[in-house]
Parts: sequence; structure tokens; C-alpha cells
Amino acid sequence: MKQDFDVLVIGAGHAGLTAAICAAESGASVCVLEVSPKNVRGGNSKHTRNLRPMHETALYPLEDSYGFDEYFDDLLRVTDGETNRELASLTLQESASSMQWLKDHGVAFQPPLGGTLHLGRTNAFFLGGGKAVMNALFQCSEKLGIRVVYEAQEIQIDIESGVFRRVTYIQEDQSEELTAASLVVAAGGFEANLEWLSEAWGHAAHNFLVRGTPYNRGDILRQLLAADAVQIGDARQCHAVAIDGRAPKFDGGICSRIDCVPLGIVVNNQAARFYDEGEDFWPKRYAIWGRLVAAQPDQVAYSIIDSRSTGLFMPTVFPPVEASSLHELAEKLGLPQENLIKTVAEFNRSVVDGEFNHQALDTCHTDGLMIEKTHWARKLDKPPFRAYMLRPGITFTYLGVEVDANARVKFAASKGTGNIFAAGEIMAGNVLGQGYLAGIGMTIGSVFGRIAGREAAKNAT
Amino acid sequence: MQHEIVQVKENVAASNLIPLYEESARIMTICNACRFCEGHCAVFPAMEQRLTFDKETIDYLANLCHQCGACYQHCQYADPHEFNVNVPRVFADVRHQSYATYAWPRQMDWAIRNAGWFTVLTTMLATLLLFLGTTLSANESSEGAGFYTIISHDAMVAMFGTAGLLTLLVWCFSVRGFWLTTSLPAVFGIPVSVYRRALVSILTLKNLDGGHGKGCYETGEVASQMRRIFHHLTMYGFLFCFIATSIGTIYHYGLSAPAPYDWLSAPKLFGVTGGLGLLVGSAGLWWCKQSTEQAITSDDSGSGNSFIGLLFFTSLTGLALPLLKASDYLAMALCLHLGVVLALFLNFAWGKFMHGLYRSIALLASEYEKYVSTHKNTTG
Repeated sequence: MKQDFDVLVIGAGHAGLTAAICAAESGASVCVLEVSPKNVRGGNSKHTRNLRPMHETALYPLEDSYGFDEYFDDLLRVTDGETNRELASLTLQESASSMQWLKDHGVAFQPPLGGTLHLGRTNAFFLGGGKAVMNALFQCSEKLGIRVVYEAQEIQIDIESGVFRRVTYIQEDQSEELTAASLVVAAGGFEANLEWLSEAWGHAAHNFLVRGTPYNRGDILRQLLAADAVQIGDARQCHAVAIDGRAPKFDGGICSRIDCVPLGIVVNNQAARFYDEGEDFWPKRYAIWGRLVAAQPDQVAYSIIDSRSTGLFMPTVFPPVEASSLHELAEKLGLPQENLIKTVAEFNRSVVDGEFNHQALDTCHTDGLMIEKTHWARKLDKPPFRAYMLRPGITFTYLGVEVDANARVKFAASKGTGNIFAAGEIMAGNVLGQGYLAGIGMTIGSVFGRIAGREAAKNAT
Repeated sequence: MQHEIVQVKENVAASNLIPLYEESARIMTICNACRFCEGHCAVFPAMEQRLTFDKETIDYLANLCHQCGACYQHCQYADPHEFNVNVPRVFADVRHQSYATYAWPRQMDWAIRNAGWFTVLTTMLATLLLFLGTTLSANESSEGAGFYTIISHDAMVAMFGTAGLLTLLVWCFSVRGFWLTTSLPAVFGIPVSVYRRALVSILTLKNLDGGHGKGCYETGEVASQMRRIFHHLTMYGFLFCFIATSIGTIYHYGLSAPAPYDWLSAPKLFGVTGGLGLLVGSAGLWWCKQSTEQAITSDDSGSGNSFIGLLFFTSLTGLALPLLKASDYLAMALCLHLGVVLALFLNFAWGKFMHGLYRSIALLASEYEKYVSTHKNTTG
């Protein structure tokens, strides 16, 4: 039967367009369906800033080397072994050519951004950020004659025993139908679907802020799972960080971050501390605080610092709440005043003098508290006091579909001969089962995007 | 004060400018938390050295901005995002206002705020006066050769000498005013290496290369070198014309060899190539300006177009003169040419021409800040 296209891609983020471009370069005719309007295209990729390529020698803009063994150890450490080792090895090996592939497709790189020097060896930063990457890839798609359909609503994929048959969708109130020999699903996770998240998190999920696109609702993922695709990960796993509580509900991106957590104390809405703020550096700290805040009443917390911390952390997008006394601060934040004053007084009493160094695990700590602060503990007594409201900001989800080394989606019934391939966040859980490693998401998207595109095109001929 | 969108009220003289500076501070605060664009140009590294953005800082950053549009095309927070970040647009507005703010004397700020009218009227008036002058004095026996039969050399020297000296005076005060608001020390307190680096940025228009060398984005998502090329043609065309005039002056006074000159003489060679560069360059810049994306276009009261127009017509009428030598219209053409040139002189002092000086100072300040911060890091 004559198909409308050789390859159909659902999702026009970095992984989807990489797959589309690779398929088109292999000679396939390609159509991409994207649910978002054109002016907000690019999925979560437009909010990204780097990827993490393996490299044995210095490779501009990456310094020194970041070899397979070290990279693999890092991945095992952050995932606590929750990774498919075969696919993880494949990802790391193939990541070595990711940067060159992007450069060949019009993407420029630059040394680490201000405030991220510690990533200079491992992470290659996109010049202009993720939207610059996406613009370059959209330009390539156009040159290759790839058809991109925006605002494709209510996409329904018709799958019979693990084989893709056709897709229907609605565009401008018209129902459309397309057939293709292969399907690449690159439709992201479901972090923007608070109803789905609340199945795992309960009502708390409604207080989550979504750092990325509102279009990652997991509709395609749901359909795949309903058609007996093999599931990987569970709905409770998500990457959530503590961000500014005043950030937009969606698409707040990078600038909603709050970096001052280790410099002061963090209290919940009863003005009580609940975790060791000085436990560790970014990114470990970064990865746990979203969950910590999510576990507090009303999913809210307050990071409190005093004037000693001025200039020691990345500037924030919203100004802090500022007060000349703790009394006033509590009033402005709506916290129980006595509790806050007591919490700070206890904290200040327990601070043991040490040598402060916010760039190392220093010797400033507390002694005698129920919840100690193990580093960077300095008394909060130099007004003005400043506070940032924190909320859990969800970045991505881990639940996805299982794939093989050809990016082919596994179905309970199939024998590995299906025509459905997956790339990006929808399958990232195969490699990153839990935890977080800066730049790994884009790396997985780059590697599996290229594999999925190549294999989808091969399958179509 | 940490990360506070600074109250800019106190130091903004004209109260209707407060919203513009508050909007600039709001956007810079967002950019400073994001920093994705720091590789595109000098604006963002300069921004990263700061936590607050007062009026002077914003004037400095806005004059550092070359309006390449890269940061807008690549902005995850641009419209329709609720943050509605648009650096090139707001900085274009600030730049335009800053030309008025730093104008000397202050009373001349109206010339900037009504740039289009100012240019049209001064050109017409100068041409008319010249024409009247030449017509009324036509009976007097003219000395000299070529154009000097229409307007004597002495009259030209008196006119343009005055205009030139006036321009120099205005430059001194305007430049000083802007310089003092930046982080720059006195002229001799700046290392030669800083001057050198700033000069390279100025002469190569480094900040129009997008940071990756592919050019700028004022027309859309695809990088283009067109604006940089046309600006080079304009700037170097202008410099060639200036060299031609300087050599002519040396010939006249030093070598006692007054104009007119042969086609193969140095003044003519520089003048004609410069004039052609100006002609093509300014026409190209006009075309670039027309194709600039609406979203980053600012209302500059015709300031940009009047400067481009003056450059274009200066070169057009200048190049036409030798061709009209035998014609009856020569006197009229000469008056028109000199009228346009006089209006251009006024633009040097109170027009878009000043962008070159303020931007050069801003580039110098950004190189100086880089120098200071690396110096501090290596010694401290």
C-alpha cells in the first residue's frame, strides 16, 4: 500500500527534529506533527543550554577529556544503577559525535556560561541556548523538504499488535489522516499533565510549577502504553527542583532557579527547618530540593538569607522579599512570627565558627540541632534579611517506553519487528532511570534521535 | 542592594522616560538570571558584572547593543512568553533617548527628538541660502578654477571650517558627558591593550557577527552578513571621503596645488571610491532597516533614516558634480551638494552620527571592564 510518508515523527523538539533530519538525509519522505503553535515551538528543548558529549581529548568548547569510564561511573552513581547498561554504553559512545552532528547542522557552541565554569570539561553549551539550536534544526528541516504540521490537535495513533498503521489529528477544525511506513515518537514526557502527576503525587501535584512547555501532556505515551508498549519507570519518578514560587506556571525555564539554598536556611510554612541545607553542592542539592519542598505542607518553603550572602549566588529574576528584622520578614511572608524567630535563634546559637568557603564543602556547620546544617552555616544576623518563596518545579518525567538498541519500541506481543521508534524524553528512562546528570537529556535525545531517524528510514525502504 | 529592580526615578530627568528605564531594568534582570545569550555580543558579559541596573548602566548597555537581533531570535522568554523579553527593541528606544540626554548643549535635544524634520529643514535651508548667496554674488568676478568659480575657496573654508570646529566642540562635550557615566577612568588611565581591543571591535564590527561569525538576525531567524557589509561600506566610504578632503587640504596649502584634480589623483581616487562605498553602503543600510523585523524596530523619529539619507545624498550629489561640469545645472547641483554636506555636519553634532562615538566609548568601557576583572582575578 502506498503510504503518505516514509517516516512520520510526532514531536518537534530536539530529538524529534534530529530523527526527522536523519531520516530525510537517508532519503525518506518525512512529516513532523507538532501539537504546539509555531511561535512557541521547540518543546522543552528551547529551554536547554547544553549537552554532555564523551570526549577523549579537548574538543572545542570542551576542555581536557571526559572518557567513557568516568562518564559511565557518573551515570551509574546518579541513577544508582537504574539504567539499561547496553543502552547507556551506546548513548555514551554515540555522544562523542553529537556535537559534530549539531555543528554540521548549523548549531554553534561556546564555553560555559557565567556561573557554570565547573561544567567546562563535561558540558558543551549552545551559543544562544536551546532555541538557537531548534531554529537551526527547523531551518535544516525546511531545506530538506520535511513537512512540519503545527497545532496538530488530538493526535490519535492507530496501532495493531505493535505495528503503526495511521494517525489522525485535527487541524483548524479539520480532521486529517496520514499513513507512514514508520513512526518516530518524540513527544516528550507528561510533566505538564498535572492530572496524571496527581495519580502518583496526589493533590500536591497541583502546586507544582512546570518549568517547561505546557504541551508535554503525555498523550502519545498514554496511547503507546494502552497499546501494550513495554513501560519503563513509574509515574512517581520525576526530576523536580526547588524554584521561585512566583515563576510562571509553565515555561519559567532556567531563570526561575533559586541558588541561595545552601547559603541560609530553608523553612516550611510553619517556619520550621526540614532538611540539611548544607548537605551538598549543585547538582546533587539541585536534584533533591524539589522533592523536599513537595513533601512540605502546601508544597511551599522559604529560603532565608541575610546580607552576608549578597552577590554569592546567581541573580534571580524576581526580587527577594526584604525586611530589616525577622519579625517584619515573617509578617511579609505570612509565617508564624514566633516560630521563625525561634528557629533562627536556635540556628544561630548552634552555628560553630569555621572558615566559610561557598565553593568547597567548608567547615562552617551547626552543632546541637535536630536537623544540622553541615556546611556553609553562618549566623543569620546581618539585616536586611531576604527570602525567596520556593515551589517544586518539575523539569521532566522518567516514565516512558522501553526501546532496543535500534530505538525500536518494545511491545508485549511483538518480536522486535515493529515500525515504531522512540527518541528523547519519552524513552530517556531507559538510560536515566532516576537522578540527574547535567546535559544527559539532550545527549539521549541527540543519540536516539539519530538512531531512530536512521532506523525508521531503513524500515520504510 | 541585591537583585532589586532599581528605582530609577531619581536620576531620570524626563519623567516620561521612567517606564522605559524600568522596562529595561526588568528585562536585564531576567537576562541576568538566564544568560543564554552571553556568547552573542558584548552586552551580556557586561550585564553579568552587575546586579542592579540604574539609568547610567542602561544607557551604557544600550549603546553597547548593536541591534543584531540574535538575542531576540533565540530568546525563550520573547513574546508570546509572559516575560515578553525584547532586548533589541527596548535598547533601541533607550539609545535614541540617550542621544538626546547626552546632547550638548542640552537645549539641542529637540534636534534628536525631531530628527527627521531637523534634517529636512536644515538641508533645505542650507541649500537655499547657498543658492541665494551664489546667485547674488554671481556678478562679481570669480577667481580660481572649477567649483571655486561658483563659490570661492575662502567661502568654502569659512563655512566648513566653522561647521567643523563647531562639530568638534560639540563632540568634546557630548563624549565627555557620556564617558563620565561609564566605568571608564581618565583617558590616560586606560591601558593601550584595552584601546587596541576596542579599536578592533569598532573597525571589524565584531558585535555584528552573532558570536559565531555568521552575522546578525535583525531580519529573522537566519543569520546574515548584509548589515555588517553595508555598514563597512558606509563607514570606510566615509573615512575615504574624509581622507580625500584631508589630502586635498594638504595639496592646497602644503603643495599649492588647488582643486580641481585629475581622476587619477589621490583626492579623486579616495573621494570617488569612498563616495561609491557610501552610496552603496547607505542604500544597503536603508534596505536592511526596511527589512528589519517589526518586533525589534524602534520609533527613532526618523533619526536613522535621516542619517542614512544624508550620507546617501552627500555621495550621490558629490559624485554627480564632476559629471555635470559642463551643464547649466552645475551651480544648483553644487549648492545642493554643499547644503546636504552642511546638514550632515549638523547631524555629526546633533544626530545619529553620534551613535558611532557613544558606541565606541561603550565598547572601550566593556573592554576596560573585562581587563579589570581578569586583572583582579589573576592578582587576587
